[in-house]
Amino acid sequence: MSRVTRFAARDPGPAARIAGFMAHLRTNGLRLGVAETELALEALTHVEAAKPDHVKRALKAVCTGCQDEAERFDALFDAFWLDAGRVRTKAMPTRPQQPHRDVHSSRNVAGQLPDADGEGAPSAPEGSDAGEAESDGLGKLIASEVRNLARKDLRDLVGAEEIAEAEAVACRLGQALRQRRARRVAATRRGDRLHFRRTIRASLASGGEPLRLVKSRRPDRTLRIAALCDVSGSMSVYAKVFLAFLGGLMRSDPSADAYLFHTRLVRITEALRDKDTMRGIGRMSLMADGFGGGSKIGECLSQFADGYAKRFVNNRTAVLILSDGYDTGPPGVLGDALARLSRRGCRILWLNPLKGWRDYRPIAGGMAAAMPHLDLFAAASTLDDLAALEPELIRL
Amino acid sequence: MTWRVLQDSIAEAGYVASDDLAMALHLSLALGRPLLLEGPAGVGKTEVAKVLAAARGARLIRLQCYEGLDAAQAIYEWNYQRQLLTIRAAAEDGVTGRAVEERIFSEEFLLERPLLAAIRQAASPVLLIDEIDRADEEFEAYLLEVLSDFQVTVPELGTLSAVTRPIVILTANGTRDLSDALRRRCLYTYLDYPTREAELAILNARCPGVEARLAGQIIGFVQDLRRETLEKVPGIAETLDFAAALTGLGIADLNSDPVLLHATLKTLLKTQGDQAAITPEVTARLAGKAA
Repeated sequence: MSRVTRFAARDPGPAARIAGFMAHLRTNGLRLGVAETELALEALTHVEAAKPDHVKRALKAVCTGCQDEAERFDALFDAFWLDAGRVRTKAMPTRPQQPHRDVHSSRNVAGQLPDADGEGAPSAPEGSDAGEAESDGLGKLIASEVRNLARKDLRDLVGAEEIAEAEAVACRLGQALRQRRARRVAATRRGDRLHFRRTIRASLASGGEPLRLVKSRRPDRTLRIAALCDVSGSMSVYAKVFLAFLGGLMRSDPSADAYLFHTRLVRITEALRDKDTMRGIGRMSLMADGFGGGSKIGECLSQFADGYAKRFVNNRTAVLILSDGYDTGPPGVLGDALARLSRRGCRILWLNPLKGWRDYRPIAGGMAAAMPHLDLFAAASTLDDLAALEPELIRL
Repeated sequence: MTWRVLQDSIAEAGYVASDDLAMALHLSLALGRPLLLEGPAGVGKTEVAKVLAAARGARLIRLQCYEGLDAAQAIYEWNYQRQLLTIRAAAEDGVTGRAVEERIFSEEFLLERPLLAAIRQAASPVLLIDEIDRADEEFEAYLLEVLSDFQVTVPELGTLSAVTRPIVILTANGTRDLSDALRRRCLYTYLDYPTREAELAILNARCPGVEARLAGQIIGFVQDLRRETLEKVPGIAETLDFAAALTGLGIADLNSDPVLLHATLKTLLKTQGDQAAITPEVTARLAGKAA
C-alpha cells in the first residue's frame, strides 16, 4: 500500500495546507468542521510549527475526539505531511483525480457530501496492511482492483429501498425491546402525577402549605440493543436481510450498537450512523474485509465479551446475535464467551436463519454449546420473519 | 510557556506526563479549551487536574459526576429554606409583594455549586469534571452551555458570565459514549497504561524510597501482570500501592519470599476472579521473569 503526501505544491500557504489536511482527515471519517480548522491554526501559533512531532501532537489534541481516532491519527498525519515516511526526490505531478467510487463516495451522486470532493480523495482503508502490497508508484490511495474483486461489496447486496423497508421493521422491533417503563414510581421534577408522600413531607417546611409539589412518574428502563451479525460464507445468503436490518436498526435507534463478525469482530456502529445510507454501507464493506470467509464465532464473541461488552453491555442491554451457529472453533469457547456475556446481566437473543428449516435441531457443536445461555432462540431468515418476532420480544 | 516547560513544571509536582498529554494541556491552557481525557481506570486522569492546580497554585474545583446528577447539584440552587424564612420574617414586618420577591431572588440566596463557583472565581481555577460519562445525557447538554460560553443563565437573575475562565479538565472511562457535541468542544487525549520507562519514572517520582533494583522488578512484574487475562487490569495507583506494600513489609527482592509476595497481590488484583486466576505459581513465574 502506498500513501502519499496529499498537499499540493501549489497551495498558497500554511492555512490552505491545514485546510487540506482537515479535508484529508474528514475523508478518513473524522468529524471536523470549519471551527476545528480555525482552532488547529490557532493551536499551531502556540507551538514550534517547524517541528513535525510538535505539530503532530498539537493537531492530535485538536482533531481527535475518541480513542479510535487518536490511534489512527499518527498514520493519517504521516500519510499527509510526511509522505508516509517515504522520501520523494521530485514533486508529484499534479494529475486530475478521479473520485474513487469504491471508497467513500456513494454510488448515487446526490448522496455525496460537499466536502468529500474528488480533490481530497481518501486514503486506504484501515487494517488493509495485510498482504496486497500494491506499489504501482502512482500514488493510488485505495485498495487495488484485484482486492476489490476478491471482496464482495456489501452495496451490491443491499439497496437503499431495502434499508428503508428494514428500517420500519427494525424501528418496530427496537421499540418492542426498548420501550419499557419501570414498575415502581419515582419522584421527579416533571411527572404525570403527584408524589403525595413527598409533597406532604415537603409541606412541613413551609408550615403545612404544599408550596413545592413533587411529581412522580415511572422512569424509563430502556433496553439498549447490541447486534452482532455473522457475515461468514455460510451466512452470505442471509447477509442481505440482516445487513439491511442492522442499517435500519442503527438509523432508528440512536443508542444501538452494531458489529460484524466472520473471523474477526468489527464494530460498525459509526459507519452505519452515516447520514448517507449507501456511503455507510460502503464504509462498512471496507471494514468487513474478509466477508464471506470462514467463521470463528466463539473467538469473536469472546473478543466481544472481553472488550466492547465491558463498555457497552450492562443489565439493560439486549445482545442480538444473527448467526447460523456454524463455528470452526471448538464449541467450548463459544459457550464460555456467552456465559461471560450473560454474567453481565444482559439478555441474549440468537436469531438463526436455519431454525426455520423443517427438522432443524441445534446440534451443531457451537449452537448446542450456546443454547443454555440464550434468552430467546428464534428463526429469522427474511424481513417478515424478523417482523414476526415483535410479540416475542415484548414478552422478553 | 512552551509545553516542555509545562511538562517540567508538572513533573516537579510529581506527575510524569507523556508528550501527548503535555502538549494537549499546553494547548488547553493556551487556547482556553476544555481538555477531555479518556482512558482505563487508574492511569492518572484525575491526578492531572490535581497536579495542574498545584503546579499553577490555582484552586481545584471538582465536580464528581454520577447517574442522576442534575443542574441543581452541579450549577446552582436557590436556598429554599432561607427564602422561606425570609418570607416569614418579612410577613411579620409587614413587608410583602415585589420587595420580598426581589430580595429572595438575589444572589444572596443563590447556592453556588461547582460549575457556577468555577466561573465566579477571582483567579482562574482548575475545574475537574470527573467521570463525565457517568452523568446523564441531559446533564451533558447543560454542560455544553457552560463549556462553550462560560456563562450560566439563572432565569430569575439573568445571565452570569465568567469573571475568569476556568481551566476545564474532563475525564471519562467509557461507561457510555459521549456526544459528538461535547467531544467537539474539547481537546482530546487518550491516556493508556504507561510504558515500562514511564511507569518507572512515575514510581521514582512518587515513591523515591524504593531502591532502583526493586523498582525495576516491581515495574517488570506489573507490566507482565497486565498482559495476563484479567477482569480488572491494575493501574498506576495499584502499582504505587504495591510498591508501598513491598517496602512496608521490608521486601528487597521479589523472589525472596514468594508467599509474602503473593499476599501483597491484594494491592494489585481487585476482583475475586483475578485473585483466583493469578495462582502462587503464576506469581512466582512473573516474579522470576521480572528479576
